[in-house]
Amino acid sequence: MKRPVELTVNGVLYKLEIEPRRTLLEVIREIIGLTGTKRGCDRGNCGSCTVIMDQKPIASCLVLAVEAHGKNITTIEGVADHGHLHPLQEAFLEHGAIQCGFCTPGMVMSAKALIDNNQAPLESEIKEAISGNLCRCGGYARIVKAIASVKAKS
Amino acid sequence: MTYIRRLPSFEYVSASTVKEACAVLSNNKGKVKILAGGTDLLVQMKERKVVPEYVIGLKQISGLNKIEENGKAGLRIGTLVTHHEIARSPQMQENFTCLAKACEKIGTPQVRNLGTIGGNLCNAGPSADSAPALLALGAVLTLQTGRGERQVPLEKFFTGPFSTILEEDELLTFITIPHLKGKSGSAYHYLTKRTAVDETLVGAAAALSLKAGDDVCEDVKIGLCSVAPTPIRALKAESKLKGKKLTDGLIEEASRIASGESRPRSWAEYRRDMVAVMVKRAVTEAWHRAAANKKGSGK
Repeated sequence: MKRPVELTVNGVLYKLEIEPRRTLLEVIREIIGLTGTKRGCDRGNCGSCTVIMDQKPIASCLVLAVEAHGKNITTIEGVADHGHLHPLQEAFLEHGAIQCGFCTPGMVMSAKALIDNNQAPLESEIKEAISGNLCRCGGYARIVKAIASVKAKS
Repeated sequence: MTYIRRLPSFEYVSASTVKEACAVLSNNKGKVKILAGGTDLLVQMKERKVVPEYVIGLKQISGLNKIEENGKAGLRIGTLVTHHEIARSPQMQENFTCLAKACEKIGTPQVRNLGTIGGNLCNAGPSADSAPALLALGAVLTLQTGRGERQVPLEKFFTGPFSTILEEDELLTFITIPHLKGKSGSAYHYLTKRTAVDETLVGAAAALSLKAGDDVCEDVKIGLCSVAPTPIRALKAESKLKGKKLTDGLIEEASRIASGESRPRSWAEYRRDMVAVMVKRAVTEAWHRAAANKKGSGK
């Protein structure tokens, strides 16, 4: 049986009717239509589905959408500001911290959650923040450099 | 690794009181699963290892997501407190170091922000990191049903891999940890196969208190995970240390005793050897923390 669920995603309020079995990830991608958030392992190991909920990075594949009722959620689509890339996104481009790109939305969300709360993270804190994001291209060094450069600028 | 599918259908009930959750449990025995953080349950459901008719969400029940002082009994942790909240709590880091460290080890940041301490215990995996820390701290669980509640020491909770004494209509609501007495300290040390995401291969927690003024070990508890069908206490190793003046040599001996108390299944020889190493590190760190603890006698 479907249930009423209200989600605020990237500042937009969505009033939806959702089956309890649907994960937040499925709802973001398939019902709301924001496909920047990726489905990787679907079991909380890979970090591709990372979104920010209540200021914290979470695995959206492990949350029932009905349990996210009333929450404030930011996805990768909500990171840029009216067409202007976020400094983190600029830094990823500048440092070539993207190869195939599949892990990138999750990486950016984990990094954003970090720098939103900590303007000058140590390298160890950056590595810890992205420890739940797998990059199978092996681009970690450039990703860490990109995130560190944002803190250096600001 | 098992093939993963979308979640099966189920009836979702959002309980607003413990009583309501217990009523649903008792009216539908065997057909209900409790959803806390979801980091274990939803994966098990996607794998079709568990296909419940009803899923009870606990998030609307007030009070279960708080850490509170509970007078003489100690610190009361609600079952829905997340690993992240425990790992980052200054009070936990300072007074219950082993638990903060254990919760910091679980999963990834994205999982720690969802996963709960109560869920970690009720899932009852042999490698649950929070368990050895809570065993070392002498944690007591509050289990509630519609008929009433009971207090059970954590060491009586686990009955086998992924099984506990929880009745079908019973809910874990709080975990209480007594304050360590006197000059005290605790620590958790662990090994994993490779990285942060990997399951713990050997985990050892120690909590001890010293007699005022010297290095005599007044009380000590040692908890182990991943080296027996359930998380266990290393009771013989504890009694080797209790009442004695701590030295590196004595800790070494106790660590070897703990190794003998472990009953690992896979990688047995390696795990047994590493129990000695992890216990030695945990007890030594707990000792040094206790010795540096400026609060002295009293609470």
